[in-house]
Amino acid sequence: MADFVMPTLGADMTAGTLLAWMKKPGDEVKRGEIIAEVDTDKGVIEVEVFTSGIIDKLLIEPGAEVPVGTVLAIIREEGEARGAERPTVTAPSIPPEVSKPAAKISPPTGQPRVHISPAAKKLASELGIDLSQVTGTGSGGRIQRADVERAVSAKPEHAVARDAPAERQERMRRTIAAAMARSKREIPHYYLSTTIDMSNAMAWLATENLKKAVVDRLLYGVLLIKAVALSLHEVPELNSLWKNEKLIPRPEINVGVAISLRQGGLVAPALLRADQQNLDELMKNFRDLVKRARAGSLRSSELSEPTITVTSLGERGAESVFGIIYPPQVAIVGFGRPIECPGQVDGQVVLRPAINATLSADHRVSDGHRGSLFLSAVDRFLQDPGKL
Amino acid sequence: MTREEIKGTVLRILGEIAPEADLTRLKPDVSFRDQLDIDSMDFLNFVIALDEELDVRIAESDYPKLSTLEGCVELLDSRNTVTVVTKTAQSPASLGQDDKPS
Repeated sequence: MADFVMPTLGADMTAGTLLAWMKKPGDEVKRGEIIAEVDTDKGVIEVEVFTSGIIDKLLIEPGAEVPVGTVLAIIREEGEARGAERPTVTAPSIPPEVSKPAAKISPPTGQPRVHISPAAKKLASELGIDLSQVTGTGSGGRIQRADVERAVSAKPEHAVARDAPAERQERMRRTIAAAMARSKREIPHYYLSTTIDMSNAMAWLATENLKKAVVDRLLYGVLLIKAVALSLHEVPELNSLWKNEKLIPRPEINVGVAISLRQGGLVAPALLRADQQNLDELMKNFRDLVKRARAGSLRSSELSEPTITVTSLGERGAESVFGIIYPPQVAIVGFGRPIECPGQVDGQVVLRPAINATLSADHRVSDGHRGSLFLSAVDRFLQDPGKL
Repeated sequence: MTREEIKGTVLRILGEIAPEADLTRLKPDVSFRDQLDIDSMDFLNFVIALDEELDVRIAESDYPKLSTLEGCVELLDSRNTVTVVTKTAQSPASLGQDDKPS
């Protein structure tokens, strides 16, 4: 049996609202298939399942907001006999708003019993506080009213399903604030910057695009993403996560791309295995990703699996950007607006298209020397765009 | 297709890309990329939509002209009359000074 849990879709996501089940008990599911829709401040996310099997039980009903890690469903894995009973362990739900149907949740039978004072229980219920997240300071870890009051001040605001755009925007702003404040508090950033000659890349792109139908044209941003993905093979420690004071190298290169949203805010979903895709595939997937990010319909793996982020300000942006690392990642690569820089051709000084590339990286993981090697590799790949 | 119809199509496509914008206040002779905060991806989607709906061949060298409402109507109107010739001749505009990919 495998637990299907509320996934973490970003560094500071604490809870999500189950909107709908795409499957019912008895249905067969394949790894990677979408089995539920969850509402978050990043829009409605289609959640994929990470194991193949048969849905045994759905534990949470649509409309319930539950903390990250809550078991939502039990999946009988392939080859497993029916009826292998095990206790269902779920965290208590954050009560949905009045208009939502109340969630039926199995009691946490398999967990050690935590004592909660009646006053604390009442207050938590009034304020929508998840008691499983509250640390008790009473005797034997008993949760008291004061513990709940403390949790209130630390608790991010929870909203329930499909709220108004303004509210969603506010929640997104708070999520960004929490993630970025945590990053600046915990990650010792170092910053590097270099200017890359883009003559070859831009000329190659113009020629390629002449041959292509409009719908297949490439944006220069795709060359940047691919150059970053390939360069990570040479400095793999930048393609890692930092969790619990430990470096966790990631075998797959999933490049998160910062996408600004029209109503404000941004998301950075991943182009999965960007190093394995050719430029046409990458462009197609990039277009699709931007479209879905702006429509608010991303997939869980795109939000939970980026291993590095690229932020490109585009043609109308500033000349350079020094990004803030998105935890638990350990690096972010920034590209400014394309500019013209003096360069030397056959002994003459001429203006050449160029772009400023920066690296913000975690000093616990790498240093300026390795970071420089990475930026040099990005430069080198961009000088030979036909091989990207 | 008349100039008015072309203008209507351009505005409708822009409205789909920037649904929150008040297009009645769009200055026709100023880049709408600035006015509507249209990035490279939005602009590419705009060109793809024009290509699909008006069946007009648009080269990257046309992009600067296509960045204002006035420029769009002018360029698309001129191509409109020779659509068939342009399409069959398959003659992409040559790489010009302005031909920067976006």
